[in-house]
Formats: sequence, C-alpha cells, structure tokens
Amino acid sequence: MSESKKSLNRREFFSFLAVGWITFTAATAGLLGLVFRFLYPNVNFEPEMEFIAGIPGDYDNGVDERWKNGFGVWIIKREGKLVALSNICTHLGCIPNWLPGELKFKCPCHGSGFYPSGINFEGPAPRPLERFKITTLPDGRLKIDKTKKYRYEKGQWNNPDSYIEV
Amino acid sequence: MEALKEFVNILSGPQYSFTLTLIMFYLLMKYYRIIGTKKFAWGFVILMTPVYLWFMSDDVFRTIIATPDNIPISILLFSVFFFTWLTVHKAAINDERIEAGECPIEGLPENREKVWSWPNLVYNELFVIIAGTIFLIVWAIIFKAPLEEPANPTWAPNPAKAPWYFLGLQEMLVYFDPWMAGVVLPVFIIIGLVAIPYIDTNPKGNGYYTFSERKMAISCFMFGWLVLWIFLIIIGTFLRGPNWTFYGPFEYWDFHKVVAEANINLSEIIWIKMLGTTMPSNLIVREIFGIFVILAYFGISGAMITKKWGQDILEKTGKIRYYFFLFLVLFMATLPIKMYLRWLFTLKYIVALPEWELNL
Repeated sequence: MSESKKSLNRREFFSFLAVGWITFTAATAGLLGLVFRFLYPNVNFEPEMEFIAGIPGDYDNGVDERWKNGFGVWIIKREGKLVALSNICTHLGCIPNWLPGELKFKCPCHGSGFYPSGINFEGPAPRPLERFKITTLPDGRLKIDKTKKYRYEKGQWNNPDSYIEV
Repeated sequence: MEALKEFVNILSGPQYSFTLTLIMFYLLMKYYRIIGTKKFAWGFVILMTPVYLWFMSDDVFRTIIATPDNIPISILLFSVFFFTWLTVHKAAINDERIEAGECPIEGLPENREKVWSWPNLVYNELFVIIAGTIFLIVWAIIFKAPLEEPANPTWAPNPAKAPWYFLGLQEMLVYFDPWMAGVVLPVFIIIGLVAIPYIDTNPKGNGYYTFSERKMAISCFMFGWLVLWIFLIIIGTFLRGPNWTFYGPFEYWDFHKVVAEANINLSEIIWIKMLGTTMPSNLIVREIFGIFVILAYFGISGAMITKKWGQDILEKTGKIRYYFFLFLVLFMATLPIKMYLRWLFTLKYIVALPEWELNL
C-alpha cells in the first residue's frame, strides 16, 4: 500500500486531478443538459402561429368558427371589414363560446360576454378580445399571423394590418 | 310546491343568498349561546331533515349533488356545520362558567392531567391513517374519476370549473380583475393567516374554547372563513352552470338561459351618464374619481374605524400591528363591497385602466 502511494508523484497527481475534474464537469454538464432538455416537450400540439385562411369570399357576414378549434381564431365579417379575432378571454385566458342565438361570445369560466365585434360588455373581462394580424397574399388568399396582436383599448384596431376591407 | 321551488330558486340568487348568509352569520355570533345548546342542534337537525329530503326529491338538485366532483362539497358542508356548532357549543359552556367565576372545562384538574404521546397519541394517529386510507380507497372504487378527453388549448368545457377547493377563488374572480382576485387577494389571505400569531398576541383563549373573551378576533376570522370562503365554494359548485350563469338549485342547466348583465365602469357612469360628456383621453383624468374612491376607502374609513372602535386595540397592540390588521380587514371587506356594487349598480371596475392591466 505504502509503495503504491509513493509511486504517485506530483506531476501524476495533477494529471489525475485534471482527468477527474474534466470527467466530473462533463458528467455534470451532461446531466444538466438532460434536465434542460426534459423541460421542453417532445411533441408540440400547439396550433401554428401563422396560417392561410382561404379567400375573403369564403366568409359570410357574421362569425365564422371554422378556424376556432384548429388555430384559436374567429373570422368575423361585419360592416365591410374582415377581422381575425383571438378566442382567448381577456379576463383569465379561458376559451369563450360563440352563442349564435344570443349573438355574443360567452366565457365558461367567469361569465365574461363580448359582442361579435369583440367589445366586452358583461362579466369581469376588463378589455375587448384581441385582433390578429390579417393580410392578403398576392394570390388573393388570407394570411393570419398570430404573433402580431392588436388591442382596442390602445387604439390599435385602426391599424390597417388589423382588418381587411371587403 | 312548484311555486315554493321557484321561490327557493330566486332566494338562492347570489345577491339574496349572500345577504341571508350575512344575517345568519350575525345571528350565529349574537345568539351563540342559544345556538350552542344541544336542544337547538337537535331541533335544527329535526327541522332540516324533511327540508333536505324535499330538496333531494327534486331530479335537478339530485343530479347536481350526486355528481362525483360535488360529493366532497356535500361532506364539507356537513362537517363545517357540525364542527362550527361543536366549537360554539364548547365556547358557550365555557363562557357561562367564566361568567360564574369558574375555570373553563379544559382547566379542570382532571382535564389538566398529562399523558405520554406514545402510545396514547401515536395509536390514535395510526388509527386515523388506516381509516383515512380505507375511506379514500373505497371512495375511489365507488366514484370513478371523471376523466375527460385530452386537453385542447383551443377549447374549454362549459362550465369550466376549478377544483372544488378553488371554487371560492373562481367565484371571487367574477367580481375582480384576474390580478386582484387571482394574485393579490390570495397572497393577502396567505400573508394574513401567517401573520395571525404575530398580530394577535392576546393570550386569552389559549388551550380552551371561548367566544366572549375573543369576540372581535373570532368574528373576523369566521367571517372570512364561513361567509367569504365556504359560502362562495357552495355557490360556485352547486349554483353556477353553463357560461358561469347563476342557476337556482331546482333550475335545469339550460345552455341558452339568457341573463342580461351589461356591466359598466365607474368612469363611464360618471363621465357619460352623469356629466353627459365623452370620456377624457387622459387616462388619469378619466379614472380620477375611481382613484379618489379607492384612496378615500382606505384612508377615511380606516380613520373612522380607528376613531370609533380601534383606540383600545391600538393602545394594546401598537401601531404596526394595528394598522397592518386594519389594512387586512379593509382588504377583506373589499370582496363583499365589490359584490354588492356589482349586484346593485352593475358596476364593473372602480378604477379601469386596461391599458396598464390595472383594474380595481
């Protein structure tokens, strides 16, 4: 035992230390990397942030629900404007339902109500639903970009990107 | 019978049932010596059993009560009734003894005898663990968990209900901005509960039941617990249906029930309705009345309460403790005040600054 201990000189001790330290660092970094990777989902079921929504002629006057379940967007055509309205309630982020009989959006969580225009009128919602950016592509199709939002109370509904004249 | 059911439906509306609960709470605090007698308890049980059976004979009511999600609230309801009565009962007996100059029941020599925690306490704990486990297993076998389809970020069930223990919070959210009812008020509830031993240094009531010696402290706590927490859980569980609309206990959950409840902000009432002008574009000018009302509420009513009732406590507990306590009580009172303002004036927000995500 004592001989083997003596055979480890200073130079060798430092090279052992270096190898050990590098191994330890690599193992810790690898472990942290795994933990970090674990925080992200393997499959992302969230809807795409940009999508093509047909041509303006596809929509009748009123509220169109065809993109609601896939993309979380209502297309609303009224008063000569085509609008992409978010379906996230401005109170606490629930998903309101469109009630065709009562002509309003109604949130199932705390009872906020919105007119077809998106303006809030009942329940606790403090502000109107948000609009998404809607543009016409050169071939006449509609492109909806959910990364850009337009808020009524900030006067952003006058922005020409927030609606399309039809 | 139908007319009576209709009457119960109307009476359970939040504005009436909340007022009734307030009155009942006042009577409980005022006449606790009568309510705390065994005679009263048996009379109450005998009187309420036929009422309960009559409620249960209704199909709609039975459907709501028997939903697996709602069974814990039924259990909660009965246990809250029983344990509230039990404490009131023990406090009533002790208070009479204290008035007669005797010591409380817990202070009698035979009750002051000490025993070892092992095995006396540990055996009881072991029994409770086993009984609780068996109860939960049997419950889980009898009532299946209501599993639904996988979560979908673009769709919500209707009504979308929180777990039953959060339904009081969800009911609070109907009257407040999410920042207030979802973050600020719950944080103050937790801070307030944590701060109780630091605010309340009164040694009376330690180790024995009493009400007359601790009237203010017990009333404040029980108001928050029974009226603002339990009652709101009951409303949120049993009486909130599709679209978070209110439904009476005998009312069928019709998805197309229309309730007109257009809510308006204080600034809109003052500028448009009372002054007949348009809303000012400057945000602070627009909301100046609401800001003033909020400041006045905390300032003036705080000062008035201090002048009328607070001097005694202020001297006993010191400035920091007293004003912190006063602030918590005033904050707690904002919930019923806001609820009544909504019911009476369809008021939405006193200060509405959605531009800054600030709504009070």
